[in-house]
Parts: sequence; structure tokens; C-alpha cells
Amino acid sequence: MSNRKRKKAFFSFILSVAGLLILLAIVAPAFAPKDPLATDFAHVLKGPSSKYPFGTDQVGRCIYSRILYGARVSLGMTFLLLMLIFTLGLAIGMVAGMSGGIIDTMIMRITDTVLSFPDTVFAIAIVGILGPGIRNTIFALSVVWWTKYARLTRVLVMGIKNSEYIHAAKMAGAGKLKLITHYIFPNILSSLIVQLALDIGGMMLAIAGLSFLGLGVQSPTPEWGNMLNEGRAYMQTAPWLLIYPGLAIFTVVAIFNVLGDTARDVLDPKHV
Amino acid sequence: MMDDNIILELKGVSKRFKDHEGKYFQAVNNVNIQLAKGECIGIVGESGCGKSTLARIVSHLTDLDEGRMIFNGKDVTGLQGELLRRYYKSVQMIFQDPIGTFSPRMKIGTYLMEPFRNFKIMDKGRAGKYAEELLGMVGLSKDYMRKYPNELSGGQLQRVVIARAMGLKPDIIICDECTSALDVSIQQQIIQLLLELKEKTNFSSIFITHDLALAESICDRIYVMYLGEIIEMFESQNIIRDAKHPYTKMLLDSVFSVKKFENQMRPTATKINGVEKVKGCVFSPRCPEACEICREKAPEVKVMHNGSKVLCHIC
Repeated sequence: MSNRKRKKAFFSFILSVAGLLILLAIVAPAFAPKDPLATDFAHVLKGPSSKYPFGTDQVGRCIYSRILYGARVSLGMTFLLLMLIFTLGLAIGMVAGMSGGIIDTMIMRITDTVLSFPDTVFAIAIVGILGPGIRNTIFALSVVWWTKYARLTRVLVMGIKNSEYIHAAKMAGAGKLKLITHYIFPNILSSLIVQLALDIGGMMLAIAGLSFLGLGVQSPTPEWGNMLNEGRAYMQTAPWLLIYPGLAIFTVVAIFNVLGDTARDVLDPKHV
Repeated sequence: MMDDNIILELKGVSKRFKDHEGKYFQAVNNVNIQLAKGECIGIVGESGCGKSTLARIVSHLTDLDEGRMIFNGKDVTGLQGELLRRYYKSVQMIFQDPIGTFSPRMKIGTYLMEPFRNFKIMDKGRAGKYAEELLGMVGLSKDYMRKYPNELSGGQLQRVVIARAMGLKPDIIICDECTSALDVSIQQQIIQLLLELKEKTNFSSIFITHDLALAESICDRIYVMYLGEIIEMFESQNIIRDAKHPYTKMLLDSVFSVKKFENQMRPTATKINGVEKVKGCVFSPRCPEACEICREKAPEVKVMHNGSKVLCHIC
């Protein structure tokens, strides 16, 4: 019992850290000392100083401010992507799981097709065809990732569709919609949330990765992956161009991964 | 038994399942059952004899393959949609496993209010009040409204299930082994509760159990089931006198004597699984009294002088 309490306490702690990060991203302008887009040609590729805490880049922009604003872009894109694939995957998986038969088979063959491509490569191909940009990146990544949620939802739905309490609910006059909203959804939600929490880190990495390849967020908009890409050429002479965005990605992804793991311990009753 | 007094009738109901190898398993075979208003019938048989499938057919959770089901004079075979919902209003089931009957994320209060909200019988406020009354009826305080199922014991949950089923004032209540997952002392309480409620509201009930003694103590008539077939039906006043079928006698023996344990186990050794079709009487491979004709020809239903029916060549 005390073990569970400790886990719960740790979960609350890590959840507040993640919450703080999100808050920081929202109120970035209040903390950023400079305009992230303003160039200062008197201070190009300068190391960290009191004026520029994390140094400046090749056109004299404040890296510290850019990282703060970049958090907005990265986190914003990640959560938008999460919401998209969650709703899409949930809806498709629910239809497949509830209807079964030919509809289920058709949906599952489509997801199998999507899954048979290596996901990042597939996303790169889609962005490559549609052209780089934030919107296309999110679109491409949702096309790749929804399958996971559709499959998970389907399996969870099929698992409880024939359980005794669903039969009991039917005998209590619950219609199909009511069954989904009042019985099935609440009982699969925790597993889906755990999966979402586990995926946040991976999604941030995927977005940063695409931006690093020059496909995602375009400069001058600050984004960590894109900052890494731009700083690549100065790795030898001005390593702070890479160190700080890299550290930012590392820290945030690590925090969200830990959040996902602890969320599983706390929310998923099967692992207790 | 007058015909217009009959609330539910099953005529030649059969159900078979396909196993993963494509072989058919005859779960229920040509079952004829009549249930009169206010009557309690028991369906008794060992595990796997098809009694739970029968319960699911009556409660429309499983479709039947052959036969017809007549409820209140109307054919309810293969009901769907709105008509099925209306049927559920008059037929309620109490399941075997109390904890499985509850959605883990739904509070007891919400669970109790569900049917009255779904069938649009009352609004939320009145349903809440009514749910509290129902809890009182089964001897639970209204504090239970705000609890989750995992906070209650099996016996308490079964009381809640009974409360909800009763609240709808159904014509038929099906109890599918509703006490077998409970402690012996709690079993007694639940049976007592059911009997008390029956006295008050006079619903018909189908009581499914493997316990012949239990069925005898609460049912008016008992159907004995073996491998999907009803092999005997009799009034439950004098079960020892009326039970004629060798299988029923075997069941009775297993209740009343422990000394002959060894002897009784012997016929069970040749138990067949129902996948292979038996020629002749279904019970013949296990029957201690089986003779030539039993293995060759399926028996016909014999009506005895006291009204009981039996499916046997010898009796």
C-alpha cells in the first residue's frame, strides 16, 4: 500500500513538473528577454553571456528566447497531434470493435497497410509530397500514428463488448450509443490515456526529427529540431547552438516519458 | 395449468455452437418449457448441460437456432431494436458473478438508476429517490449510492442486482446460478430475500442451478436438463417419489449420500462431451440401467399419472 502511495506521490510530482513546462510554454513571452526573431549582427555566434544567457546564433538571435518560444511550438504541435490521433483512432477503433465482421476486417486491413510502412519514413514521404510546413507535418504524423490507437481501442472494445456488465446494461435498456458513452468509453479510457502519456515523448521526437530534416517547422519560426538543424554547421566553433536545444529536447522528452511510465503504474489497474 | 395463465413458453428451442475446429456442439436441443404467471420453475443440471445457454436464450442475449419463444401470447423469437428493449423491461436476469455485472467505473447509484432513465420511466431526481428505496428494500443503506462496485462484497452486490431487477417490476426474473459465487451463509440470505420479494410482488421466475436440493426448496416445478435436453419434469413437492429418470436419481443420490461416493463416480467416467452425436438416449452412455433399446432409439416424452414428464424408455 505504501508503495502505491509513493507511486501516486511521484506521479503527482511529475505531473506538476509537466504542467509547469506547459505553463512555461504558454507564458514564454513573459520570461523571454528578447524577441526570438530579432537579429543582432553585433553579437553573432557569441557564447553565453549576461546579455544572452545561452549565447547567440549565426544571425545574432537570442538562443534562450528562441528555446522558450520553441517550447510553445513543440508542445503545441505535440498536443494538437495527440488530440487528432486520439479522436481519429478512438472513433475508427470503436467502429471496428463494435461492428465486427466485414467492416472490422476492412478497417483492420487498412491499418495493417499503414503499419507495414516504417513510420518515420512514411511521414517523410507524405511531407515530401505535400511540401514542408507545420500543417503538413501534423497531417503526415497523424496518418502514421492513428493506427496504434485504432488497434488499441478495437482490442479493448472487443475485450469488454461481451462482458457480463454490458449484457446487464443491455437488459437495463441501454441503447448502442449509451453503451459506448456510459459503459465502454469510461472503461477503456485509462488504458488509452496511459498510451497517450507514453507517446508524448515519441511524438515530440518525431516532430523535432522532421523539423531537423528541414521538413517540419520552417525558419525563422523557433523550434528545437529546426534550431538543431540550423546550428549543425557551427558544431565545432559554437557548440551552444546545439547543446541548449538538444538539452531542451532531452529534458522535455525524458519528463514526458517518465510521466507516461508512472501514469501506467497509477492509472492502469492491471499493473497495480 | 390453464393455457391463458402461461406467461412464457419455449417450443422446441435448439441452439448449437460451432467450435474452433468447425464441429458443432449442441448446447440446447428441442427444449419445451412452460412458465405460468407467478410460478417459479427450476432448471437443474450439471455444468455444461446447457442451462446457462437456455437462460441466455430466454433473456435474448443469445439467439436461438430453432424453435419459438412465446411471451404473454406474443411470439418474441428473434426480437430486435425497440421491441427487444421493451421485452427487457419485463424480463430481467440476475447473473452468476455479481462483480462482473457491474461496470467498474460506475457508481452503485448510477447503476440502480440506469433502467428507469433508459426506459424513460422517471426523471433523474425521482429515479434517485426510487433507487434509495430499492436499496432499502434489499436491506442496504442509501450511503451505498455513492460507492463503487469494488467497495462492496459479493453478497451486497447481488442484493443491488436484485434491487434493480425488482425495481422494474418485471414479469419474469431469471436467476442464473445467482448464489453459486457466494458464501454458503450469504447464499441463504439471498435466497431468503428472493423468497420474501416473491411473496410481495408475485413475479414468475426461472431458477437455474446445479443444486437439486436448493431447487426443491424454492421452485414449484423442476426441469432436469442433461446434455441440452430436458429429460424430466416434475412438481417439486415430493421429489424423491416423483423423480423417475435414472439421471435425476443420480443427482439425488449425490445430494443425500456421501458413503456411496465411489459407486456414483463410476458412471461419470464415461461422460461424453456432446460433440459426438449419441445414438439413442443421450444419457445411455452413463446410465446404470441402460439396456439395448436405450442405445438404439431416442426415447419419447412420457407423461406420468401425476403430471410429470420423463424422457426415458425404462421409467
